[in-house]
Amino acid sequence: MAVNEKNFDKMLDQYPAKVKRNRKKHIIIRDSSTAAQEIEANTRTIPGVLTNRGCAFAGCKGVVLGPLRDVVHIVHGPIGCAYYSWLTRRNKARSDDPGKNFMTYCVSTDMQESDIVFGGEKKLARTIDEVMEIFSPEAITISATCPVGLIGDDIQQVAREARKRHGINVMSFSCEGYKGVSQSAGHHIANNGLMEWVIGQGTTEDPPGQFAINMLGEYNIGGDSWEVERVLKEIGYTVVSVMTGDGSYEELKNAHVSQLNLVQCHRSINYIAEMLEKKYGTPWLKVNFIGIQSTAESLRNMALYFGDEGLIQRTEEVIARELARIEPALEKYKKICDGKTAFCFVGGSRGHHYQGLYQELGIETLLAGYEFAHRDDYEGRDILPHVKTDADSKNIPDLQVVPDKKRFRLKIPEERMAQLQEKIPLSNYQGMISDMKDGSIIVDDLNHFETEEFVRLLKPDIFSSGIKDKYIVQKMGIPSKQLHNYDYSGPYAGFNGAVNFARDISMSFVSPTWNFIEPPWKNIPLLEGTIGEGES
Amino acid sequence: MLDCTPKNIMERSGGVINPAKTCQPIGAIYAALGIHRCLPHSHGSQGCCSYHRSHLTRHFREPVFASTSSFTEGASVFGGSANLKTAIKNVFTIYDPDVMAVHTTCLSETIGDDIPTIIKGAEVPEGKLVIHANTPSYQGSHITGFSNMVKGMVSYLSRATLETKKDQANIIPGFVNPGDMREIKRLAGAMGIDFIMFPDTSGVMDSPMTGELTMFPRGGARVEDIADAGNSRITLALGSYASSDAARVLDRKCGVSELVLKTPIGIRATDEFLMAIRQTFTKKVPYALEEERGQLVDIMTDTHYHFHGKRVALFGDPDVVIGMTEFLLGLGMEPVHVLTGTPGGAIGATVGDFEKEVREMLEAAGVKARVKAGGDLFQLQQWIKNEPVDLLIGNTYGKYIARAEDIPFVRVGFPVLDRSCHSYFPIVGYRGAMRLVEMISGALLDRADRDAAEEDFELVM
Repeated sequence: MAVNEKNFDKMLDQYPAKVKRNRKKHIIIRDSSTAAQEIEANTRTIPGVLTNRGCAFAGCKGVVLGPLRDVVHIVHGPIGCAYYSWLTRRNKARSDDPGKNFMTYCVSTDMQESDIVFGGEKKLARTIDEVMEIFSPEAITISATCPVGLIGDDIQQVAREARKRHGINVMSFSCEGYKGVSQSAGHHIANNGLMEWVIGQGTTEDPPGQFAINMLGEYNIGGDSWEVERVLKEIGYTVVSVMTGDGSYEELKNAHVSQLNLVQCHRSINYIAEMLEKKYGTPWLKVNFIGIQSTAESLRNMALYFGDEGLIQRTEEVIARELARIEPALEKYKKICDGKTAFCFVGGSRGHHYQGLYQELGIETLLAGYEFAHRDDYEGRDILPHVKTDADSKNIPDLQVVPDKKRFRLKIPEERMAQLQEKIPLSNYQGMISDMKDGSIIVDDLNHFETEEFVRLLKPDIFSSGIKDKYIVQKMGIPSKQLHNYDYSGPYAGFNGAVNFARDISMSFVSPTWNFIEPPWKNIPLLEGTIGEGES
Repeated sequence: MLDCTPKNIMERSGGVINPAKTCQPIGAIYAALGIHRCLPHSHGSQGCCSYHRSHLTRHFREPVFASTSSFTEGASVFGGSANLKTAIKNVFTIYDPDVMAVHTTCLSETIGDDIPTIIKGAEVPEGKLVIHANTPSYQGSHITGFSNMVKGMVSYLSRATLETKKDQANIIPGFVNPGDMREIKRLAGAMGIDFIMFPDTSGVMDSPMTGELTMFPRGGARVEDIADAGNSRITLALGSYASSDAARVLDRKCGVSELVLKTPIGIRATDEFLMAIRQTFTKKVPYALEEERGQLVDIMTDTHYHFHGKRVALFGDPDVVIGMTEFLLGLGMEPVHVLTGTPGGAIGATVGDFEKEVREMLEAAGVKARVKAGGDLFQLQQWIKNEPVDLLIGNTYGKYIARAEDIPFVRVGFPVLDRSCHSYFPIVGYRGAMRLVEMISGALLDRADRDAAEEDFELVM
């Protein structure tokens, strides 16, 4: 059944009036005949509504900072926040020097009641000293949890003193969970810190190789970044740094030398992309390495940006070779997937990115949305000047950068920039909505009630979201794919990733396990045949 | 793997590295899920609720429903009263639970929100209930949070309405899996007594696949039963850390006498559980249970040479670790490193002293060991580096140490995030002990098989 205004309204009628008024603005039915469809996003979740959203701490330490492998991340607060953000995001990392890979360590100040009453600064300073003695890292981050801001611990000051005491980089992030309205606030806070204290701190002035790039907003979940880097290196790119999957402080310090910044997850890292452009004159390119066509297109756009004949040729050669290799492998999966339908609700970019891959497999996306995105992730960056800043966004400081006198260099002339922008998403992102079919549903901050209602209404063949709603939908007999952590599989990015994804999705369609849901006695009467005919 | 952990042990006072505990609210949510048609509610930032739901879901592979007050900076400054009142109205209108179980977080505790006053001022529909527990994350651990929420159930719901007590027992199972709760109920049922168990997550956190989603599955302790717990003769509190506080409140409030027992892990603790029922209610232990016990002893004696003298490092939640220590000693094993992340004795007057209790058992068995409450896994790994062991037992986080130090590993406790089925099968009772023997011997003998020279590889072991 399709969703129309009537059944949509009936569904929302089950909400209290205030909730209905609010939620209606977060849901749209795609209609390309309407010039610009507006959606409300990045506003408060209503208390009591079962949301998937997390907090600023999760966005800052959990998403952006956590993957940096050679940094010790100290969580200042009671134990929970450190514990839950320990090894749960699947951002893989490997290091030539295992003594400088701190991924498996979780450090918390484990604040106790006395720290809340008398302040936790001293304990934090002691934790830093002990971390130095045990791990001796080049850099430490401190992430604040809710009570820290409330009791007024000055973590900036503790960090400053520790920098002096130990002669290393100690950074503090005031990412208390109550800031902003979701993880998104934390991304911004982390972006500001990395820009202020890390990027550009290195002494390198020139790119270490040809076609030097940074990959931004790629967190190496399930090894995604490694698959993309494999292809990029083969074509001839020099990957200076990845932000922040399998990332390192050492690489990040010299990220300013790159000639182009790729942006995979626009939501979580667009602040750094913009600031790099302003400070060093390096444009950014919106890429999407999920799906075969998107990957090929992203590679072609990169080559076009550099405009080097050899690079363009190698790009085509690698694409042709990869396609020839993987397309036969995909055939059997396409047969299974063809004609199926999906829901695709993920954080801040994957809700958009995976739709192309689904389409390549013959799966139509009926409903999509983001957990914590802003309007530009839906409607495109053109609307940015029209987005109103509310009280919650104002609380997140905007870091203002100016062109670096020594290092600012326009990477391409303005005229060529304008020409390229006609053809490729250079320093621009068009958002999700324009890629969606008429009649499909776009939901911001999809909650449990709406999940259940829309699943019953549209009966998708597969639901893709996260761990919290996975088993909810599976209880309804519908397979569910975690697109935050890939159900412990991957990589799903790039060419090999597409095959892995097709294999895993097909598996969930054909698994015989679904056939056992109904017991054989459900539809067969207990007493059967003839009774009392005197045969016995 | 964990290459930065030095062998040299340094005194630390700055906090925790690789925790063996988490914070109170997740325990409160788990306990609240053990009430039929109850929606747990987290009064704090969205992140808390999101982390707890994710973590519980990973352990149980089941839907975990819980709502949140979604604090913003404004609410943190001006108080969360409006948020909680809005949440209460929305939760009952949209999700229609019978009970909403509110717990606090470090955020709402730090700003001092007065939950009972807020609840009084909220719109709670006729016939619906809102209960609460204070669960500041900066005290105790997830076990404390579980204990506090069970205490909240008793404070809000239990009533002594009869002149004389009913011939029935209350059983508080502690922070154990639904499979354990089912086994505790089976044992009590086999003893032929009337009993009320709460919280009871069986039928909630192990609900069957039917193709139909229900937000509130069939399981869970009934509110009327928790109310009637005030009329019971006795409360059997299994595990002092998770269960004794509620039993004490029930005694004070309703005059129900309390008996604090170990979590019935292993032969002796199960014996004590059955003996307590036998003596209190003058009930015979049925042959079926005597047979089970005899089967367990048969297995233990038949295979004692697989275990005897093996050195074990054991960590987890205090009640489970206390029971496990006793059982390992009963197998002739030597738990030489015993650690819990939960601080000892600090919270609640009746809570036992973990270190003292474990030390006494070890001393009686003549085992020299390191014992620690409020410890962390960094320390445990350092202990192992200094005094190696033959086996590691603990939750999933132990797998990193097991790999780094190349030790066989058995997953017991909370959470187990990388294996399935664990929440369905018990570790309590005689049957649970058989399962533990199977898991431990499996791990030890698989290792022996892997490491044996070809000529020493045995068909029969």
